[in-house]
Amino acid sequence: MSRIRSIALLISLALSCALFLLMAGAASFADEPPVSTAQGLEAWQQVYSVLTHPRCINCHTATHYPQQGDDRHRHFANVVRGPGNTGVPGLNCASCHQKANADSTGVPGGNGWHLAPLSMKWQDENDQPLSSVMVCRSLKDRSKNHNLDGPGLLKHHEEEPLVHWAWNPGRRPDGSIRTLPPLTHEEFVAATKRWVEAGMPCPTGK
Amino acid sequence: MATYRLNVNGRQREVTTDPSTPLLWVLRDELKMTGTKYGCGISACGACTVHLDGVATRSCVVPVSMIDDRPIVTIEGIGADPVGRAVQNAWIDKDVVQCGYCQSGQIMSAVALLKNTSNPTDVNIEESMGGNLCRCATYVRIREAIKSAAKQVK
Repeated sequence: MSRIRSIALLISLALSCALFLLMAGAASFADEPPVSTAQGLEAWQQVYSVLTHPRCINCHTATHYPQQGDDRHRHFANVVRGPGNTGVPGLNCASCHQKANADSTGVPGGNGWHLAPLSMKWQDENDQPLSSVMVCRSLKDRSKNHNLDGPGLLKHHEEEPLVHWAWNPGRRPDGSIRTLPPLTHEEFVAATKRWVEAGMPCPTGK
Repeated sequence: MATYRLNVNGRQREVTTDPSTPLLWVLRDELKMTGTKYGCGISACGACTVHLDGVATRSCVVPVSMIDDRPIVTIEGIGADPVGRAVQNAWIDKDVVQCGYCQSGQIMSAVALLKNTSNPTDVNIEESMGGNLCRCATYVRIREAIKSAAKQVK
């Protein structure tokens, strides 16, 4: 009988601890100042600076081809988008791009290499980056972004392998390292988090 | 150096080489299968095309360490496939080849196209074969041969 009492006491103690920790966490969360719209807009500009970096925007084209290089020129070898954003039979993304960077041959790679869908284009048809306003509206438009809400977008930026690739882009054929986005991945995720917490505000204008 | 077991045209082959060695050089130098050609070495011309797990792949830029257990089919083995045989027959019927250097890559890409698109349009052919260059400019005959092969396969 005393053993049952001891077990009951232990369970009771554990529940009390859990409740205490939960309340402490909630209090701590409540102590954090909410992210203002101004702070959210500032965070968005940081996010935008990454999205329009060549490592990201080269595969977010508005055309039927990907781009490459820091000058964002059209992908060589007549590569085309194809109906599934992975090229066409005979000339798929996977014809060259493997599961990881091939530094010995200078071909970048990552799991599921593909172009972003046209709904997620961040350029116009003249290969010019869209404005911060337009990319922001597009990014949070769930009819265009695979129905991702704020936490979903944050998770995408945190976990998507091809997003991660931008910070591990491998070597060019000449052996030099490809340039990196202007923020670290951690800073990019933190900026996305602040933007989401601020309610995903977009700049006004065009 | 590392040892790799590769499935090449249905046969298990073992090679010991540097992991960064492109598949092309494993085929040509280690396995002495010289049907697959070296053209540009940067995946710009398509001469080195083989099938890797059914996908037309530029063997000059794929390190052997990234092949894993995916089956490799080369020009030496493509004739065992009904579509491959049809394409090779059409190539002969239409007398496609001029100098011939790019043709093994052309055939490998054409087979990949026909395996996915049984009745290709001119646009399908131009897009799918757009990465295979022919300095002799046999493109018109290549297109005719692909359409002819498509009819044979049906």
